[in-house]
Amino acid sequence: MNLISIFIAGLFTENILLTKFLGICPFVGTSKKEETAFKMGLAVTIVVTISSIITYLLYTYILVPTDTTYLKTLMFILVIASLVQLLEMIIKKYSKSLYLAFGIYLPLITTNCAVLGITLLNINNNYSFIGMLTYSISSGLGFTFVIYLFSTIREYLDNKPILKSFKGYPIALLTAGIMALIFGRIVL
Amino acid sequence: MRQLLKIIKNENPIFVLMLGLCSSLAVTTKVENAYLMGLSVFIVLLFSEIVVSLIKKLVPDNIKIPVYIVIIGTFVTLLEMVLKEYINPLYQSLSIYLPLIVVNCIVLGRVLSVSSKSNLKTSIKDAIGISLGYMLALILIALLREVLGNNTITLVDSLSNITNFKVIINVFPKNNIIPMSFMTSPSGAFIILGLLMALFNKIGGEKNESN
Repeated sequence: MNLISIFIAGLFTENILLTKFLGICPFVGTSKKEETAFKMGLAVTIVVTISSIITYLLYTYILVPTDTTYLKTLMFILVIASLVQLLEMIIKKYSKSLYLAFGIYLPLITTNCAVLGITLLNINNNYSFIGMLTYSISSGLGFTFVIYLFSTIREYLDNKPILKSFKGYPIALLTAGIMALIFGRIVL
Repeated sequence: MRQLLKIIKNENPIFVLMLGLCSSLAVTTKVENAYLMGLSVFIVLLFSEIVVSLIKKLVPDNIKIPVYIVIIGTFVTLLEMVLKEYINPLYQSLSIYLPLIVVNCIVLGRVLSVSSKSNLKTSIKDAIGISLGYMLALILIALLREVLGNNTITLVDSLSNITNFKVIINVFPKNNIIPMSFMTSPSGAFIILGLLMALFNKIGGEKNESN
């Protein structure tokens, strides 16, 4: 039961984009097309899940016993950066078509606050291993869901008459504000 | 001085460059958090830009980004340790947004685009200008959100274990006004920032036309 509530929280009520503001840069930057938004979301989900597992194990079995938890920010960002680099190399070697589809989004993920944010939240929230896994997968999916929804709304808004000064970022942020209001109200 | 003003106005990280939006939206529920976050970014940006501009010739091009991230991460970790020890309430209220300065696009972006190419003096000027612009933008957002959402202006609260006094101003008399509490919620942040950006576009656009 607890796992289900963690899952719902990650997906809707504590959506990383709309309530924790993690990953806003790609959210407003790359979400103009449905397809790119969806791919970006999937790439983030995969990287978040793998890096959460590695950083969680690193934190519990190396940093805590040696009493060096103050190094967590530095260690986590190194893990994420090298993981992204590694994934890029692996994908490039084994699947050319996958590389062409995901390749350009991967390097951007290193500086996406969502990944570092979720790995740090896992530690702050004191999750168990399974809880951590559930939370990272559901937040990744929540990110994908919201960025996809958002991109469809933006495609629709593109052809509408909007005040000149509201074009682009301002209207996108207002849309996000209304979505955040709705998502914050979903209580199960 | 004129150069500094130009950076603050024309390269404002939030309203013009659209960088570092995550932290600007998350910590702006209180004016105090806003200016302290601005100060934290200033310290990290200043030291990172100084170090990077000094060692830029020693770093090979293809490992530039990892090296710079480690430098930024080191300063963020130092800042975290200092804040945890001396201003713990602030450390708690900024929570994960303090370590997230590492991946704040402003810091890495400026380090890559300015200090890895220019000398020490330009780097320091850039760090001061950019972080002043960031801080002013944060304070503006926080001021609107806190006054509208909570009817207060918090100037000194978490800092009170150093200063020994608190400064929290009530803007309107409490009994004849009902604060819009959604302004301090996440959606208020998006809406305020959206409206402010539209305003900046309007002002900036008119200037460009008259030129």
